[in-house]
Amino acid sequence: MSATHSIPQAAPGPIPGTTLYDGDMAQRGFALNAMCFSFNDAANRDAFKADEAGYCARYDLTPEQRRAVSEKDVLGLLATGGNIYYLAKMSGIWGLNVQDVGAAQTGMSVADFKAMLLAQAAQIGGAQ
Amino acid sequence: MSMIVGGYFTSHVPAIGGAIVRGDQQAPYWKPFFDGFPPIRDWLGAAKPDVAVVFYNDHGLNFFLDKMPTFAVGAAPEYRNADEGWGLPVYKPFAGHPALSWHIIEALVHDEFDITTCQSMLVDHALSIPFELAWPDVAAWPVKLVPIAINTVQHPLPSAKRCLALGRAVGRALASWGGDERIVVIGTGGLSHQLDGQRAGFINAEYDRFCLDNLAGDPDALTQHSIHDMVALSGTQGVEVLNWIAARGALGDAPLRETSRNYHIPISNTAAASLVLEPA
Repeated sequence: MSATHSIPQAAPGPIPGTTLYDGDMAQRGFALNAMCFSFNDAANRDAFKADEAGYCARYDLTPEQRRAVSEKDVLGLLATGGNIYYLAKMSGIWGLNVQDVGAAQTGMSVADFKAMLLAQAAQIGGAQ
Repeated sequence: MSMIVGGYFTSHVPAIGGAIVRGDQQAPYWKPFFDGFPPIRDWLGAAKPDVAVVFYNDHGLNFFLDKMPTFAVGAAPEYRNADEGWGLPVYKPFAGHPALSWHIIEALVHDEFDITTCQSMLVDHALSIPFELAWPDVAAWPVKLVPIAINTVQHPLPSAKRCLALGRAVGRALASWGGDERIVVIGTGGLSHQLDGQRAGFINAEYDRFCLDNLAGDPDALTQHSIHDMVALSGTQGVEVLNWIAARGALGDAPLRETSRNYHIPISNTAAASLVLEPA
């Protein structure tokens, strides 16, 4: 059976606003992600909240990673090797959901980011 | 002799679990998504599967970046959910089917798929939410579980072509299984979405429709895109459609008919879909 649609084509070259989480990123972010992975344990989340500096000191974060944690700088955390699947556990401690994180990365307000998501219903003829 | 009753596919956005806990299924935001499930529940109620072979991806509950298998097959007598970092209620455990798991493992390695075998593994919302959607309010799941995890976290990811081939090999393994189980194949995740980077919030209905329209009749069409192009077209997490592609492969080469489809934008940051494929 042949495809019922023409095959969507991706533009060649880098994907704007997107980093493939590859081996280079994984090496850069190992310690940071290890810390985030530890947050699956509620006791570790509590320890982080009680003493962020002390908790971070147990992991071999770079100064830039430490700054990004301190400032809740999501793009900085990604740039220094943070992986979103693990960072999501730290952003949860900060009380940030995926719309908050999306807003922080795109420079939108949370309300505007949510409105942007809802507006995409227009792709399928839905309400805006 | 065992038989495959069909395939069930759904998104697994964590927020769906929150909506279920709050009882928000009929709230205006959630209703268009949950409305896809009554027909799926009716079908499962009639098809009465007793085993589920589920293709999904782990989100940093069981696997860390220290050891990241491309393909991992569970072979545990039981699988448990656990705190995924947000302190949410823990989902029900799943009974495993170690004999069938090992049969699949033997068959896959014989077919030259170098998989990882897990006699102990935690399973996350990517498994629990599809079960909660399919069998709400049950005390225990009515099916035994064989989980198959595909790496969508750390590149290089397996290609769509490889995932389809893996699924087809699982389908051959199921066909050679000597039990009398009724097996449902489940693929979870997607569709288009991106959580990370300045492109966060990206959704592409055109690519999603291409995937949905070709899944039953021409799944090889979905293997024409490289992983890079899949990320470009569907987002960094949209590549979770690899789980759908593998599950489609496990349904085999006999004709299928699509008996249920729902597609809605947005649920959280995601284009959310559900689908059922049955033997034609």
